[in-house]
Parts: sequence; structure tokens; C-alpha cells
Amino acid sequence: MMRIPFSYIWRSLWARRLTTGLTIGGVALVVFVFAGVLMLARGLEATLVESGSPDNAIVLRRSATSELSSQIDRATADVIEADAGVARGAEGRPVLSREVVLVIDLYKKKSNALGNVSIRGVSSRALELRPGVHIVQGRPFQFGTHEVVVGKSIASQFKGVTLGAELAFGGDRWSVVGITDAGGTAFDSEIWGDADQFMQAFGRPVYSSLTFRLADAGHFDQFKARLQADPRMQYVELKHEREYYKEQSQTLATFIRILGLVVTTIFSFGAMIGAMITMYAAVANRTVEVGTLRALGFARRSVLGAFLLESVVLALVGGALGVALAALLSFARISIINFQSFSEIGFGFALSPGVVRSALLFAVVMGVVGGFLPAVRAARLNIVNALRAS
Amino acid sequence: MKLMRLIFKNLFRHRLRSALTILGIATAVMAFGLIRTIVGAWNAGVTGAAANRMITRHRVSLIFPIPLPYRDEIARVPGVTAVSWANWFGGVYGEPNDFKNFWPRFAVDPDTYFDLYPEFQVPPDQLAAFRKERDACIVGRKLAQQHGFKLGDVITMEGDIFPGRWQWVVRGIYTGRDPSTDETQMFFQFAYLFEQVRQREPGRPVDAGFYILRVGSSDAMARVAAAVDTQFVNSRAPTKTESEREFQQSFVQMSSAIITSLQVISVVIVAIILLVLGNTIVMSVRERTREYAVLKTLGFSGRHLVALVLGEALVISLSGGVVGLLLTFPVVKGFSKALPTFFPVINVAPLTIALGLGAALLAGLAAAAIPANRVVRTPIVIGLRTVG
Repeated sequence: MMRIPFSYIWRSLWARRLTTGLTIGGVALVVFVFAGVLMLARGLEATLVESGSPDNAIVLRRSATSELSSQIDRATADVIEADAGVARGAEGRPVLSREVVLVIDLYKKKSNALGNVSIRGVSSRALELRPGVHIVQGRPFQFGTHEVVVGKSIASQFKGVTLGAELAFGGDRWSVVGITDAGGTAFDSEIWGDADQFMQAFGRPVYSSLTFRLADAGHFDQFKARLQADPRMQYVELKHEREYYKEQSQTLATFIRILGLVVTTIFSFGAMIGAMITMYAAVANRTVEVGTLRALGFARRSVLGAFLLESVVLALVGGALGVALAALLSFARISIINFQSFSEIGFGFALSPGVVRSALLFAVVMGVVGGFLPAVRAARLNIVNALRAS
Repeated sequence: MKLMRLIFKNLFRHRLRSALTILGIATAVMAFGLIRTIVGAWNAGVTGAAANRMITRHRVSLIFPIPLPYRDEIARVPGVTAVSWANWFGGVYGEPNDFKNFWPRFAVDPDTYFDLYPEFQVPPDQLAAFRKERDACIVGRKLAQQHGFKLGDVITMEGDIFPGRWQWVVRGIYTGRDPSTDETQMFFQFAYLFEQVRQREPGRPVDAGFYILRVGSSDAMARVAAAVDTQFVNSRAPTKTESEREFQQSFVQMSSAIITSLQVISVVIVAIILLVLGNTIVMSVRERTREYAVLKTLGFSGRHLVALVLGEALVISLSGGVVGLLLTFPVVKGFSKALPTFFPVINVAPLTIALGLGAALLAGLAAAAIPANRVVRTPIVIGLRTVG
């Protein structure tokens, strides 16, 4: 079977520039929205999942859905800290941070509305546990004082959280002595200070969670089993830190995906219909051409293939354009409430090879579906009638 | 009249194309309607807020409780006619990752809460039964429908903020007074929460989550807010008092990024309508270049030809708009069935219908502009010579 040369397809598209352009535009818009939604969900997941380190584990109260609703008392913390499953640092001290997570309200710069901000009280090992968190401005806070460091996402989104500023919460004033950069993870959206100071200020006797480095990541399951067997540990749950953060992203990411996919599915109908209209018109206008091709000896299947390919090319160009538009979104950052932690989390649109693949595949599907019926019509044209058409 | 006939004749020349275009516009208008409705549903809490209610909460954040004795002090503030309180319970019902298993659960004061919320209508005998039993609860009609809760059923869940296993007996089902009333909430006695936590976690204080205030008139709100907040400014738990509307607004604000992106998407939709329709009109006009030249020769003026092109575009776009809006209703219904508790109140607003039609109309006008211009400008001789 002889194939119709690709240049024919290309020239046909070019000959009807305006219509081709409009159809490509339609596909591009749909792919843009599709890719944008996927990038948003990816960005959120990446932000949260990257917050957890594979070597770390977190202890929460059983069935707590987030650190906010979790409580760990001092006695429990002492028992876990003494366990051999916790890694020891240079001086033989456990690499473990007893933390308390709370939420305070601050005014947002842009809308002047109140936004919820997570504050995390930590112990001295917190930075060692999270090597991704760096102080980029100022200095680390001193333990035993009312000093805090602020994530860069908070510093850029909220009013009055600059270096040297004072924040009022928990019946006290806290001075901002540093800005942290956590490489785009959830810690960028947190304020850190001394756990004991926070607990005192808020009159809270218990911690929220314990995060520690595993002495041996391979022995996680044994550690977990050991805790479960201990009658004093019946109310706590041990999780991989990554696992915990992945769970934190689930509700919001699923919501963004569902909403986005419902909308783009509806949109894609519009784009497919656009492609279909264009291709039907192409077939109708080129009836004589199709007749000529057939008379020259091209098989029905070649004609079908050529028209289908034309539609796919149309959709792919649109898809590429849509992805290119969506790529511009990676410069944008948004901050939104994560109801699981009841606080704002800043994240961006993350373009990944997977997103590009899905978006282009989506475009091809639209092209095939939109082009199939018109291509069948072209292939079924009768040679004599087609040649005679005016 | 003649023109109308011509327009319709033209429409029916490429039946498939016209039908496809109408369908394309209809889907886009439907998406537009759906998105506007979702944005509206997001704001439902604000729309449903009563004009005479205020909320007092902890100044630092809603997550911190405020002491119970505040109640009497708030009640003494001039302008306040009634006070009640509630606690967010949280909790995990069934499979935690299923949206359907999430709904708001509040511990409330059984004696005053429903007086402050007349829009939650509970039959008097059910309310009396609810007040009598410590572990009783009242659920919304929609919530009951969705999970099949009936009077006398037991609801069990795992606590997160208040750990342990919790159980309630359904003693009442409330219905909403207005279409904007949320029928997916669950209420149980604050005293039950208080006593259970005492037992389970001795030493853990249980305070009020937030207070709900009724004021005599909405003019008094600013004064009441100032009076309440000044009273507690130097205490252990300073407060923030605001109207219920502002309180609800702050929740909407938290998700403002999603709303903004939805609004961007709805503009994109209008662009898609324009492209689909524009494509069809451009094609039709190109194919008919010679005919228009003939019409001109016969003495039809430019105005007539513009009317022809514009008329065809408008008939298509408005039909698409009407079909799309008709489709919006079942789709919204399906959507609310799929995620009943996520958007407790979801209605297609009249403004959405008007805007949907407006978008279709605008797209019709815009799509016809360039082709109509081209028809008028093409000299007769060139038009006649065109090979389609």
C-alpha cells in the first residue's frame, strides 16, 4: 500500500491557514487548562512529599489526621527518644525533635485578608533532621528566647513578617531573626521557634509530634512492631515522614484533580467538535482531490490515514502550543489553604515529563476522535462521483 | 423577513456542521454554567449568613478555644440579645479519603443553639428528644439521605482532635428553611463532649470553640464587636468578634486561589466558544464568496449581507447557549450528587443563566465581525471569480 506523502498533509493545513489556526487555538486552550490542572496537583504533591525525608520517621497520636490534631505527652516522648531505633548524633544524643504545631492568623499582603499560618516549635536537632532547610537571611533563633525564623513563602505572602519585625501571638511578642529557604517544601510556609517557648506561651502541656532520624531505615517495621507491643505506646502511631506528608497532600490534590478533570473533559468535547468541523469541511472542499488521489491508485486506507494524520497533526500542534503556554505558569506561585493542616501552603505549578506526556496524549486523542468520522467519510467517497463533484 | 428565510436556508445547507457547532457551543456554555455555579457554591456560606449574627473566636486563630465563662460576660454586652457556642469536633468517619465521609460536626449547646439558627428547622418533638439524651445528635436532611441515617440509628466515628471512639444516636433530622441553608451538618450536645473528655483525658480542658452572638440590629455590630473584644483584650484568650458574613468570608478567602483560577478558566471558555463558532462562520463565508457577489449584483446592500452573516452566527450561538444552559441543570445535579457534602448548597443562579447567554451572544457578534467585514469589502468581480 502506498502512503500519501506527508507534505500533502502539511500543505493542506497551510492552505486553510485561518481555519487551521482557529482549530489549533481551540485545542491549545483546552490542553493549556488540562496541563495547568495537572501541574498544580503535581506541584502540591511535590511540595508536600519533598518535605519528608526518607530517613526520617514521625510519631503522631493514633488516628490523628495531621500534626495539628495530634498530641504526644512528655513521658511518651522520653520512651521513644531512648529507643535504639532512633539515630544518635555526634555526641551520642538522639537525632530527634519534639515539636508542637499550631496555627496563627496573619494578614496577607495582597488581599489584606487573614490567612492561617502554621507555627512549629522545634527542638535543637530540627535543622539537622531537615538538611533542606537553610537560613538565607539573618541568623537561626536562640533556644530559650522569643525569637523565630520565618519561611520565605510566609515572608513574601504575609504582611509584617520581615527581618527584625515583631509578631504578636500567644500573649507575647516574638522577634523575627531569620528567613529560611526550604527549597520549595512545606517548611517554606511555616514559622519556627523554640517548642518549649511556644508551649509555655500557649499554655499547652503536650507536643504535637516527634520527628527523628531512623538509626536504620531498613528496621522501620521492627521499630513499629516494637512500639505496638509496648502497652505504654498504645496511643501513638509511627509513620515514615514521607508517607505522612503524602497523606497531607491527598485531599487537596484529589480535589484539584477531580475538579480540573471534570472541567477539561467537558472542554475537550468542545475542542473535538472544533476539530471535527474543520476536518469535515476539509473533506467536503477536497472531494475532487480525494477522487484524484484515488484515481492515482491510493487505497481507501491511505486516504483515511492521511485525513486522520492531518487531524492529529492539527491537534499535536495545538497541544504543543498549550503545553508551551502552561509552561509559563511555572513562574507563578500560589498560596492556598490545606484543610488537613488548616494552614496556608505555598506551592507552584510543577511541569514534569509526565505532565507533558499526558497533555500531548490528550491532544492526540482529541485529534483522533475529532478526525475519525470525517476521515471515514473521505475514504468512502466513490471515485467517479468524487471526480465529478464541483 | 426574506432575510430570516435566507439565514435559515443557509443554516440548513450544512446541517452536520451547524449541529456540531451548536453542540460545541452548548458544551462550552454548560462548562461555563457549571464553573459559575461551583464558584457560587463556594460562597454559599457567605450568602447564607444571617444579618443579625456575629461570631466571637480566639484572636490568634480559630484553632484555639476560648473559656466557657466568657459566655455570661458576652451576654451582658449591650446590644447582644442571645449567646450560644459550638465546638468543631473533626473526627474520621469510615474511609478517611472518601469525600463523602466528611461533613461538619459540631458540639453545641442544645438549649440555645437552634434558637440562634432558625434556618435549621427541627421538629419540636425531635428537638425535645435531642435535649433529653446526652449522646443524642441531630443531622441535616441531605446528610441523612446520603448515608441513610434514620432516627434511632447509631453513628460511630474515630476522634482526631478528641481521640477515641465516639458514638451518637440520631434523635433529630433538620431541614433547611431557605435554599441556601446547609443541610449537611451534624450537631451533638456540648455536655457530652465535655463529660467524655473529662473521663478519657483527665486534666484536658474543654472550652468553647467559638461563640455565636445575636444582636438586635445590624447597626449595632461594630459597637458590639468593639465592646466584646476590648473586654477580653488583656485576658488569657483575647478574642476577635466579627459578623457571621465576615467570618464565612474568611473561609472563602482561604481558597481564593482556586476561585481565581476557576474564574480564569471561565474566560478561557468564552474564548473557546469564540474559536469554534468563528471557525464555522469563516468557513461558511469563504465557501459562499461567489454567492455573496451574486447577491450584491442583484442589488442587496452591504447591510443586508452583514445581517445575513451576523444573523447566522447569532442563531447558532444563541441556540448553543440555550441548549448549554438547559444541560447545565442536570450536570449540576449530577455533580452535587457525586460530591454532596463538599458543596452543601449548590444552585444555578439566575445571573449565571444571564451571563451564559450573554457570553454566547458576545461570541456570536465577535465571531461574525471579521467574516462580515470581508464579505462587504470583497468587490463583486473578485467575488464572482473566486473558486471555492
